[in-house]
Amino acid sequence: MRRLALSDEILLSIDKPARYIGNEVNAVDKSASPELGKMIRFCMCFPDVYEIGMSHLGIQILYDMFNKREDVWCERVYSPWPDLDKVMREKKIPLFALESQEPVRSFDFLGITIQYEMCYTNILQILDLSGIALHAEDRGEEDPIVIGGGPCTYNPEPIAEFFDLFYIGEGEVAYDELFDLYQEKKRTGMSRRDFLLRASRIEGIYVPQFYRASYHEDGTLASFGPTEEGVPAKVRKRIVMDFNEVSYPDAPIVPYLQATQDRVVLEIQRGCIRGCRFCQAGMIYRPLREKNVERLKRQAEVMLKNTGYDEISLSSLSSSDYSELNELLTFLIRICNDKGINISLPSLRIDAFSLDVMSKVQDVKKSSLTFAAEAGSQRMRDVINKGITEEDILGGALEAFRGGWNKVKLYFMLGLPGEKEEDVRDIAHLCEKVAECYYDNIPKEERTGKVSITASSSFFVPKPFTPFQWARMDREQEFLDKAHMVKDEVRSMLNQKSIRYTYHDAYISVLEGVFARGDRRVAQAIEKAYRKGAVFDAWTEYFDEERWQESFRECGIDPYFYTARERDTSELLPWDFLDCQVSRDFLIREWKRAKEGAVTPNCRQRCSGCGCRVYNGGVCYESQD
Amino acid sequence: MRVRIKFSKTGCLKFIGHLDVMRFFQKAIRRAELPVSLSEGYSPHMLMSFAAPLGVGKTSSGEYFDLDLKEEIPEEEILERLNAQMVPGMHAESCVRIGITKAEKCMTLVNAADYTVSFRKGSVMLPDPKQLQEKLNSFLSAPSVIVLRKTKRSEAETDILPWIYEMNVTELDDRTLADHPQGTDAERTAFHMLLSAGSVSNLKPELVMNAFSEFAGFDLSALSLLIHRNDIYTNIGTAENRELVPLDRVSRIQMDRT
Repeated sequence: MRRLALSDEILLSIDKPARYIGNEVNAVDKSASPELGKMIRFCMCFPDVYEIGMSHLGIQILYDMFNKREDVWCERVYSPWPDLDKVMREKKIPLFALESQEPVRSFDFLGITIQYEMCYTNILQILDLSGIALHAEDRGEEDPIVIGGGPCTYNPEPIAEFFDLFYIGEGEVAYDELFDLYQEKKRTGMSRRDFLLRASRIEGIYVPQFYRASYHEDGTLASFGPTEEGVPAKVRKRIVMDFNEVSYPDAPIVPYLQATQDRVVLEIQRGCIRGCRFCQAGMIYRPLREKNVERLKRQAEVMLKNTGYDEISLSSLSSSDYSELNELLTFLIRICNDKGINISLPSLRIDAFSLDVMSKVQDVKKSSLTFAAEAGSQRMRDVINKGITEEDILGGALEAFRGGWNKVKLYFMLGLPGEKEEDVRDIAHLCEKVAECYYDNIPKEERTGKVSITASSSFFVPKPFTPFQWARMDREQEFLDKAHMVKDEVRSMLNQKSIRYTYHDAYISVLEGVFARGDRRVAQAIEKAYRKGAVFDAWTEYFDEERWQESFRECGIDPYFYTARERDTSELLPWDFLDCQVSRDFLIREWKRAKEGAVTPNCRQRCSGCGCRVYNGGVCYESQD
Repeated sequence: MRVRIKFSKTGCLKFIGHLDVMRFFQKAIRRAELPVSLSEGYSPHMLMSFAAPLGVGKTSSGEYFDLDLKEEIPEEEILERLNAQMVPGMHAESCVRIGITKAEKCMTLVNAADYTVSFRKGSVMLPDPKQLQEKLNSFLSAPSVIVLRKTKRSEAETDILPWIYEMNVTELDDRTLADHPQGTDAERTAFHMLLSAGSVSNLKPELVMNAFSEFAGFDLSALSLLIHRNDIYTNIGTAENRELVPLDRVSRIQMDRT
C-alpha cells in the first residue's frame, strides 16, 4: 500500500485532506519502473491551494508532455493551506510531491508556474517548507534546480533572486533541450554552475544570477546585462508555431475535490487579434494561432471519455474570433446534449449567434451574460483599443433580453490612462442604459421579474510588454475616489435598484502594480513581508495591508516609484532585456495612439506591424495559407 | 434497469468525503460509458442513490449505490467496465439487478451496519482480553447506556443500548493485520459491532466505543480509532425477530421467497 507523507492524525485534523494524498484518476505513477533511478524527477508547482492549482491548464499540458518522456517523471505540489502549513513547521515535515509523496528537496527540478503577482509570497512558502534556500545563490549541488514560468515571468525581476532559471515563453517548446542537458549533467557530473551556464545559452532560458543591474541616482535603471561570457544579453521568448501538432493531454488528471475549473478544458486557439492596449496576454501570446477544428473535435471526445467530466469549456482569449466556431459548437452540442454534458462558453462576444448557441446549452433563466465593456465611455474604450461600441453592448443586451435572459454582468476598469471624471461617471450611465433597454423593450407581460445588472470594477494595473507599460498608475485613494464616484452616480440613476456595483481592493492592486513593473530591489520587500507572515495574499482573509506597508518602509522602498510614475519611453525598463518579438517601436506607436484616442484595427483587418510576422505563421499569414 | 453496486473504499481513499465519492462514481460511470438514465431538465443528473454516507477517515468493504440504466447490460459486464475505471483503494465488489420501486431503494432499506473497530498501535492502553470481555459483558447487560447524541438539528440524551445488536472483542490474526484496510499498524485487540443504521436510528461506532471506554475506564482519543465498515444490512424479519441480509442479497432472497 502507498505510504503517505502525512500521518492519519495530521490528515484527519486538517481541512480537506484530499488535497494532499494524490492518487487521482490519470495521475502518473512511475514509482514501480525499473528505470526510476535514471529518471529526471520534476516537481511541478502551482503556488496556490490545490483546488486553484488543479484548475490550471498549463500544468496539465506540461505534466502530460513531460511524462510522455520515458526518462522524466513529473509530479505535482501545491501550497499547503495555512492549517497544514502550521503543522508542517511545528513538526518539521518537509514539503512533498503528491504522486510519490517524497520530499520536494530530493527532486532534480522544482518548476513553479507564476500566473499572478499575488502568489509571490506563496513561492517563498513552497521553497521554505521544502527546505530549499530562498536565494538561488545559497543553493547547493544537491538542491533542485528551481525554474519559473508563466505570464509573470515577462518581468521576472522582483522574484529573480529566488529562481535558478526562468523559462520565457510557451512551455511546450524548449524543455526537451533543457532535459537533455540535465541528463548530460547527470552522466558527466557537471556542476550546478556549469549546468546553469549551459542552460543560459538555450533560447528562452534566463539565469538571473548571471546578470547585474545598476541604477541611476533617481532610482531608475542605468544598466542591465550579463556578467559571464557566453550568456546572452537578450533572452528571446519561445512560442509554439506548429499549433496543430503541439502536445495536448488526452487524459488530464481528475481531482476528487471539486476544483475551481471542474471540467474538460479545450484550448481552441492561442493569442488574440484584438490588440487591447491594457491586455498583456493579448500582446505576449501573439500571433494568434488556431487549432484545426477536426483535431479539436477528436480532443473533445477523447478528453470527455478519459475524464468522465460532465462539462466542457472552450479556452481562448476571445472565442468568437475562432474561425470555425460554428462547426465546433454544432459538433459539441451534438455529442454532449444526449449525455447530459454541459458546454460552457466564456469569452464569447454577445451577439445573435452566441445567444442562439447559449440558449441551446444553458438554462436561460438561471445564467447571466457577461459584457467585458472595460470602460464606461466610448472615448475611453477607444483609448484602450477595446473594439466594442455602446451600440454593440446595447444591441447584444437587447437580443439577450428578448431571448429571455435578465441577468447581465458588466466588467470595467478604473484608473485607465487619461481617464477623466466623465469617463468614470459614464460607467453608471452605461449600466442605466442597459437597464432602460430592458424596461423600454420588454413588455411587462413578458418580463420574468426585474432586470439584474451587476457591474464590477477592477483597478487598472499597467503590465510589461503592453503599450501601457510606461503609464502612470493611480494611487489607492484615487482608485477609491473613482469607485465612490461610480457608486454615487449609480445611486442617482432612475433604475438604481436594478444595478449592483462592486469594486476590488485598491491596495492589492497597488501591490500588483509594484510587482508587475518592479525591479530586483523589490525582492527584499517580498521576503520581508513573507518573514512577517504574508502568505496567500490572493485570499482576502489572509491579506494584511499593514504588513506590506511596513515591509516597504523597512526596506526603504517607495512603492509609488514603481506605480504612480509615468515613464519616459527612453527609460531602460527592468524587462527590456527580454525579447518578446512585439517590438518596442510598435508599443511606443500604440502608446501614442492611445493618447490620441486612435483605434488600431485588429490583426485580421490590417497588420499593424507589431513584429510577430517573423514567426512565419498564425494569423499574420492566414490569407496566404 | 436498476442495479445495485457494492464497492469497497480502503487505503488513502478514506480521506475522500462522501460528496466527492459520489462525484468520483459519476465520472467513473461516464468513463465506463454505461448507458445511464438522466433526469429531465436543463442540468440533467444521473439517477443514482447511495445507501449510507461514510465519514472521512473510515474505510469500508460494503458500500452501496443504486444506478438506473436505460439499456439492458449483463451485470458482470457492468462490474467489469466499472472496475476498469477505478483507482487503487476503490473497487466495485458486486453488481446485482434490483426492483425499481421506491421501497426497494438502498437508502430506504438500510437497517443495520457492522463494523470492525481497531486501534492505532500504541494509541490506547486496553485492559487485558479477559478483563475486557467481562467489562463488555456488564456494559451490554446494563439497564441502559445513555449518551449525548448530536444530530444536525439537535442534541438529545439517548439510550443507545437497544441499537447495539451485537458487540464482541476479537483478536486480529496476522493476515488481517497485514491487510488492514487502513494500511496502518493496529493493535491486535479489536471490536466487532453490529449496530442499528438508517435514517431513524443511526448509531455511529465511535459513539459506542466512547461510551464503552468510559464505562470500562480506559482512555480513548478520536484519532486512536480505526473504523472499518464491513457491510450494510436490511431487516427482512420483524422488529423483534431480526433477519439481517446484506443489501446486495435482498432481491435474490425476496425472489426466492415469492
